[in-house]
Formats: sequence, C-alpha cells, structure tokens
Amino acid sequence: MLSAEEVREIEAETTRYPRRDAACIDALKIVQRHRGWISDEGIRDVAGLLNMSADEVDGIASFYSLLFRKPVGRHVILLCDSVSCWVMGYETMRRRLEELLQIKLGETTPDDRFTLLPIVCLGCCDRAPAMLVDRDLHVNLDGETIGRVLGKYS
Amino acid sequence: MTERPLTAKMHEDGSAVDLAAYEQAGGYQSVRKILSGMEPKQVTQMVKDANLRGRGGAGFPTGTKWSFVPLGKDVPDPTYLICNADEMEPGTFKDRLLMERDPHQLIEGMIGAAFAIEADVAFIFLRGEYILAAERVERALAEAYAAHYLGRHILGSPFSLEMYLHVSAGRYMCGDETGLLNALEGKRANPRMKPPFPTTAGLFGKPTVVNNVETLCCVSHIVNHGSEWFRNLSRTSDGGTKLFGVSGKVKHPGLWELPMGTTPREILEGHAGGMREGVAFRALIPGGASTEFIVEGDLDLPMDFSGLKPAGSRMGTGTMIVLDDKTCPVGLIRNLMAFFSRESCGWCTPCWSGLHWSERILTAMEQGGGENGDIEKLHQLASWWAPGHTFCALAPGAAEPLESGLKHFRDDFEAHLREKRCPWK
Repeated sequence: MLSAEEVREIEAETTRYPRRDAACIDALKIVQRHRGWISDEGIRDVAGLLNMSADEVDGIASFYSLLFRKPVGRHVILLCDSVSCWVMGYETMRRRLEELLQIKLGETTPDDRFTLLPIVCLGCCDRAPAMLVDRDLHVNLDGETIGRVLGKYS
Repeated sequence: MTERPLTAKMHEDGSAVDLAAYEQAGGYQSVRKILSGMEPKQVTQMVKDANLRGRGGAGFPTGTKWSFVPLGKDVPDPTYLICNADEMEPGTFKDRLLMERDPHQLIEGMIGAAFAIEADVAFIFLRGEYILAAERVERALAEAYAAHYLGRHILGSPFSLEMYLHVSAGRYMCGDETGLLNALEGKRANPRMKPPFPTTAGLFGKPTVVNNVETLCCVSHIVNHGSEWFRNLSRTSDGGTKLFGVSGKVKHPGLWELPMGTTPREILEGHAGGMREGVAFRALIPGGASTEFIVEGDLDLPMDFSGLKPAGSRMGTGTMIVLDDKTCPVGLIRNLMAFFSRESCGWCTPCWSGLHWSERILTAMEQGGGENGDIEKLHQLASWWAPGHTFCALAPGAAEPLESGLKHFRDDFEAHLREKRCPWK
C-alpha cells in the first residue's frame, strides 16, 4: 500500500500533466526512492492510483534502466561502459570491481552492500574512466583508486 | 560582446553562476528586450537569419523548426517547448557543462524560444544520471520564478510560461525526439511515426518544439546582439560558436567553445595537445557514436554541419572520440554495436535483431571465433539500418561507425579472421 507521503508526492507530479497516467514514471521513481526498488506490490500500487493496469505499469517499469524491478544493494554502482571509457580502461575497471566485490555485472553482493550495473556514457568522457555510485560521480579511475572509492560506502 | 558567448559568464572554480551574478553580467536582458514589444515572428526571424542549426547533432535549422508551429489565438492551448537535455550519445559531454555551470543561460534561451512559438509550458527533459545538473537547474528555476522571469505575466507582460524540470529514468532512446515525447507522457520511449511532426502534433498531441540544450543556450545571445553578429562568430555559413570536445588517449582531453568551422586538427593538436606519449593517431569519430570515422587526411576539413561531407562523415555533437594505434578498431566498433544493441527499444526489427547480430559477430571475431563471410554479413546488416527502414535514427546512427569502420580498418578485420584472434590482445 502506498504511504501517505508517497501519495502526496505522486499527486504533486500529476498536476504537471493533462493526464494522470503521464506521471507514471515519476510515480515509479517515488516508490523506488521510498522502498529501494519496485516490487510487484509497488507496480499494483502505482497502477491503482493512476487508473492504469498493472501490466501497463510493469511494461513501463521494466523499460527504464534506472527503475529497479529487483532488490538492489545499499549502494548502486553504475559503471560507464561506453566508448571513451572503453578506450581509457573500462575492461580493467570492470575486472577490478568484479574481483573486489566478488560479483559479476548485474549482481548484488551477498551482504547487500553493493549492486554493480553497467551504464551508457555518463557524459564525462574527458575524465574517463568513470562511474556513478549512488549520487556521486567518480572520474579518472584507475585500478588502485577504485578500491579506495568503494571504502567510502558502508 | 564576447566571441565565446556560451561560456563567457562561467566561473573558473566550476561553481554555477547564480541569478545575481548572471544578471550582473547582463543576464536576462533578452527577456526584457523581447517583452518590450517584439513579436514572436520577429524572434523566429532573428534565429533564422542567424543560421542557428540544431546542436543535438542533426543540424536542423532552428528558426525553420519554430516556424512550423501554428501561432495565434485559434491554436488550442497549450503549446509546448521541450529542452532535450537527455545527453547520452557516447563520447558527448557538452550539455552537462552548460547546465552545471550556467543554468540561467538555458532558462533565458528557453524563455525566448517559448515566446517565439507561443509556448505555455516548457519542460527540461534531463537524464537521471546528471545529478549535479538537476540540482543546479532546479535551483536556477526557483530563482527565476522568484524574480518573475517565469510564471504568470512575466515581468508584468501578457506573456506567461510555466517551466518544469523532468528528471528521466534512463535509456538512450529518450534522446530521440519522439521517444522523448512518449517518455514525457509516462510511456515506454518507443519512437512515433512522422508525419505528423511534433511541431504540429507533439506532446499530448499538441504543437511541440524539441530543441537541444546548446541550441537553446544560443538564443539569448542572438536576441541581444543580432543575427549578423552571431553569423560572424562562425568561420562558415552555419552560425555561431560550437562546443567541441576531445576524449581518448590525447594529452589534454577537454571541451572548448570555438568558432563553428574550426578544423579537427586545430582541436586535436592545438587544444587537446595531440596524442599522449607512446601512442599514435589512427582515426576519430567526430561527434558521438553515431558518426563516421575520419582519418589523418580529413583533419583539415571545417567542422560544421556540412564540412565533413567530403570525408563521408558529419559533425554530429562535435565531441570527438580518438582511436589510437594501441587500441583495436574491431574492439572499439564492437563496443559501439553493443551499446546500440542494448539501447535499442525493440520497436523495429532491423534494429533490435540486426544490432544484436552484429554484436555477436564482432564479439566472436574479438575472441578468435570469426568466420569467413563475417565482413560481408556486417555490410549486409548495416545496409538494413539505412534511414527509412526504422522509425528513428538509432539504427541508421549505428550504421555510420560500422560501415566507415569496415572501410577504414578492412585490414584489421581481415587480420582477426586470418589469425583467429585479436592481434591487440
């Protein structure tokens, strides 16, 4: 069930659009911010509030890469794998992260500390390779500093 | 008057220009000028005469796009203006700078554009990963509302405009004009059939203009200083300056505002300092993943919307990705095709099926499993991505580096097949 806070935030978003269902993506982001990810219950909650079918909402939720339909760790690492980062050492960064975290891309550590995901170009190609951890951008990564960066997140 | 209008007001320390500093430096003058008696068509005409072309990469003449929007009292409200701030083209990092460092410049340009097309509502469609840009644009919007540059009856005039920041939830497809419209309507970002074009039937079926961040940032300067001044910033017939960037193994990767028509050699050697020690230049992609490779002999062509045609390429977003002699061109092209394949929205078969197929072939080649006939298969796939075979430009964009790569690096592809391995590994 949606919390009063979630309902209030979603209703505020609907005022921007001529149709309530246009706020669907905003609503899913709100649910994810409150709950960490979007469960089947979250899908049904949003569908109910915006007068949509659950399947329709799921079709949207599963399309967008920043909406998580599976639980994620406390911290989400988005590692840029686009061309400039690839030239500047993406493969080394990926191997180093997989070695440090003992997981592959797309997985979460058993202690739920980190989820490791690939992401398209983060738009800091002059400071490649780069990754986003939660809301923090980390640039000019190398095999040594990347371990220290992870140490900041508990 | 500065020769580098887009970056002139930015602070050296990387902080955002706030409203006070922006106004101090002459900010929002164009809004006062427009609202003290200009007609919407006059603003559009100035932009047309300035030869401003779309900085998202396609180069469509901005004033012409605006002129397609129906004007007058009989047009049902609302008309929409959308800023495409979904910068996700691999190798492209120019709009980030404009939004993080001088967000009021974007808002001011959008007010001018909205006035010209008689828009009632404006959205800034920003990718979700641009967290600092979101914070700074949101703060600037609040400042602009408080100072009455936005909202009902701007500066006491009859013109009203609501402007919202929409932070997206990922996927490259949202940067496509009609994919963006669907995303903003809360749907999957599949492309729409054109016609009708968004200028007549766009967001929620209403007249809509979608312009790139850098394009909109030019508008206030054109209004303030005139079309001729803007044209004269350029070395060629496409008006203005351009943000040019370089990434890859160069000495000083970065971004610079330079006259339109500056050559790749000046940018690469003059501004980026040339190649790093130990590597040599092989080729570059001039403006994002969706443009064709150019080589040494093409480096003195002018970078504008038609200047790279003799090299079979185009400027795109103007942010170059450099390929050096220690990096495998087949591996680089595999990386690009993997990107396009993953980001395909699944709407058109040549795209979702063909891109994945090309990725599989290239992956096999890189791992020593390439087969005779693979090069011909890649040519065949790329031919199926020609414009007109798909609803949007994603697959045609993918064909550009693949086909030009097969032309320039034929020997490298053949070496992968002959040696049954990647010679760079």
